[in-house]
Amino acid sequence: MAGIGDAHLRAPEDSLLRVENLVVEFKTGRKQTVHAVTDVSLDVLPGETLGLVGESGCGKSTTGKAIMQLPTPTSGTVVFDGTDLVGMEGKTLREQRTRLQMIFQDPISSLNPRRKVERIISEGLDIWKRGDRQGRDAKVDEMLLTVGLDPAVARGRRAHQFSGGQCQRISIARAVVTEPKLIVCDEPVSALDVSVQAQILNLLEDMKERYGLTLVFIAHDLAVVKNISDRVAVMYLGRLCEVGDPDVMYENPAHPYTAALLSAIPVPDPNVRPDQRQTLGGEIPSPLSPPSGCRFRTRCPRADQQCIDEVPVMAQVEGDHYVACHHPLAPGESITQVALAGAGASA
Amino acid sequence: MTDVTDTAPVAEAPAAGPDAPLLEVTDLHTSFSSDRGTVRAVRGVSLELKRGRTLGIVGESGSGKSVLSRSIMGLMPGNAVRSGSVVYDGNEILNAPAATMRSYWGDQMSMVFQDPMTALNPVLRIERQITESLHEHLDLSKQQAKDTALALLTSVGIPEPARRLRMYPHEMSGGMRQRIMIAIALACGPRLLFADEPTTALDVTVQAQILDLLQELQRDRQMAMILVTHDLGVVAGRAHDIAVMYAGQIVEQASAKALFANVRHPYTEALLQSIPKLEMAKHTKLDAIGGRPPDLVNLPQGCPFAPRCRYAQDRCHVEDPELLPDPDDPTHLVACHFPVGTAAEVPQHEAAVDATLDHPEELDAVLDPDPEVDDLPPADQAADPEGAS
Repeated sequence: MAGIGDAHLRAPEDSLLRVENLVVEFKTGRKQTVHAVTDVSLDVLPGETLGLVGESGCGKSTTGKAIMQLPTPTSGTVVFDGTDLVGMEGKTLREQRTRLQMIFQDPISSLNPRRKVERIISEGLDIWKRGDRQGRDAKVDEMLLTVGLDPAVARGRRAHQFSGGQCQRISIARAVVTEPKLIVCDEPVSALDVSVQAQILNLLEDMKERYGLTLVFIAHDLAVVKNISDRVAVMYLGRLCEVGDPDVMYENPAHPYTAALLSAIPVPDPNVRPDQRQTLGGEIPSPLSPPSGCRFRTRCPRADQQCIDEVPVMAQVEGDHYVACHHPLAPGESITQVALAGAGASA
Repeated sequence: MTDVTDTAPVAEAPAAGPDAPLLEVTDLHTSFSSDRGTVRAVRGVSLELKRGRTLGIVGESGSGKSVLSRSIMGLMPGNAVRSGSVVYDGNEILNAPAATMRSYWGDQMSMVFQDPMTALNPVLRIERQITESLHEHLDLSKQQAKDTALALLTSVGIPEPARRLRMYPHEMSGGMRQRIMIAIALACGPRLLFADEPTTALDVTVQAQILDLLQELQRDRQMAMILVTHDLGVVAGRAHDIAVMYAGQIVEQASAKALFANVRHPYTEALLQSIPKLEMAKHTKLDAIGGRPPDLVNLPQGCPFAPRCRYAQDRCHVEDPELLPDPDDPTHLVACHFPVGTAAEVPQHEAAVDATLDHPEELDAVLDPDPEVDDLPPADQAADPEGAS
C-alpha cells in the first residue's frame, strides 16, 4: 500500500484543494523520526466530499491537520483555491483559515467550557469584524437553527450543558459561520452513539448542500465514510493504498488491505459467520521504522520480494479507481485466508 | 460458535443437574444517588445463562448495559443500591459478604474491561498482574504461577510471551493490552466471563482478532459469557442470545437468529436502520432516531421509548409495557404495546417524527421549556455511575 505517485489526481485547475507529495515527520527525543505521513497526494473538487479512512496510526488525522497547517508539513504543497498554504505565516494564513475550517472528534473537549455558545459561534465573526453586532447575532441564531438547536435556549448555555451530539452540532455551527469553502472533519461521529451518529451525518449532508461546502471527512468506519463521500482514499501507515468511488471500490477492492478492512467489519446478520470471513493477522507496524517497499507487506498474504524492494506506484484500475499495489486483486477475487490467528508484527 | 444456529429457548424451567442455568438474575434493580436525585440505571432486569452460552447485551450509552453487568458481578460504588435476586450456581450472591464475592471474583467469574489502557496497572509488570489472582485463588509456587502465566499468554496469541511478562502496559499496543486483559480474566479458569465492550477502543482489524479469540476460548472452556456492546454487528454472529436494553430495561430478548429474522421492538428496528451499511449506495439518507435517550432521573411516564417511537400511540405514553413472550414464538420476549408488524403499524406520529429527524434536539428543547430538566443531557448522568463503578 505504500503507494506513491499521482495518477489519481485530476486537473489542477479543477480542484479546490490539491495536496502534493505531503510529508509530515515528527522528531522524537531519541533522534528517531516518526514518519506520520509520507508522500501523500490528494485532490478535492469543489462540492465534493473526500473520505479518508484507515486504522489508528495510519496518518489520516495528521494529513487533515497538515492541510490546515497545524503543524506546517515537513515538505510538499497544499494548494487551496489557487494558493499554496505551506510556508504561509501570520495574518495571511489566519485569513485563509476563515475559508478552511475544522470539526474535531471529541465534541465536548473541542468547545471552550467557559464560554457561552453564542460567543463560541460568533468568535470568528468578531475577530474578522464581519457586519455589525446585530448582524452577527442574527447570523448566530441562523446557524443554531440550521444545526437543529433552539437559539433561545442554546445561546446562553455552556458546552457541559449539552449532550455529545448537541456539542457536535455546535461545532458544526462554529465551523460554518465564517462561510468557509472547505471543512476538514476529523472523526466527527466516532465518539457518538449510533442513533446520534445518523443525525449528525444527515446534518452534514444538509449543511453541505445548503452552504455549498466541500468536505474532507476523516473516519475509521468504512460504512460511515461511504455514506457521506463521493470519493474515498484508504491510508495505511502514512501512505495511500487505494483511491476511488466507494460504490465501485467497496464492490471490488483492488488493494488487499482494503479487502481485509472491509471483511473485518462486523455485520449485523447472524447468518454471516464471523469465523468464515478473512481476518488480518498482526498489527500496524511502528511509524518509527516503517517497512521498506510496500508498507503493508508485513501483513499482506500476497507479499513477495518485489514488495520488499519497490514502493508501489498509484495506477488506474478502471474509471475513477486507483490502487498502489504490485499484486492488486482482480474483480471478485478475495484475499487468500490470512488468519495468522495470533499477531505477526508486534507492538 | 459452532452452534449459533441451534437456538435453545431463552426461558426454560430451571432444572437441577448440569442443565441448570449457571446464572439466574431476577428483577434486578440498581440505582445511584446523585445530586439531582436517584439515577435508576437498571430497572427490573431478569435473565438466565447456561454454561457454554453467550448472551449479547446491546444498548446505547446510558442504557444501563454496563451497570447491569457490574451489578451482577457486584462491582459497585458505595452509592449504589441493588434489589432483586442474582443466583450464581445455586447461591444467592446479591447481598453476599465482601469476602464471599472476593472468592468468586477471578476464580468463578471475571470481567474483561473496555479500556485496556486504564484497566491495567501502569506501574506493575504484566507478570505481577497476571499472577496476582493465581496466587490469590490457587496455591501455586512462584515458578508454577509463572509457567501458568506463560501458557496463558500463549493461549491468547501473544508472541514472545517470556519477554512480554517483563513489560509494562505502556510498552504494548492496544490490541496486545486487550489480550493481556483477557489472559488476566481467564487466569483461574472462570466459569462466567463478562466482556464489557471489549473491542470498542480497538481498530476493526484488531477487533475481529479479539472477538475471534474470545469466541474460541469461550467454546474451548465451555464458559458462559456475557458480551456487552453498543454494536449489533459485534454480537450478531457471536452470541447465542441477544438482549436489547433501553433506559435500564430489556426491551427485546431472543436468540440471535430469531431477533434478526423477526425484529419486534421499534427501538431495535430503529437502531438497525440508523446504522450506515456497506452495501448502501453513497449518500443514502440515514433513518436517524430523533431525540435522545430519556433522563434516568426523570423518566417519562409510560414506555421510555415512546417519545422517540414512530409507532407510539396514546397508550404508550401512559402505560409502561411489560416484557412478554411473543404469541408466535414464546422464546422471543418483547416489551411493547404495538410491536413492529402489528396492526398499529400505520404510524400516526409519522409527520411529527419526520420533523424531528432533522432537528430533534430543537424540538426537544421547545417541547421541554423547563431548563432545569433539559439542563443536563441524560447521557452524562448515565455515564457517571458507569464511570464510577
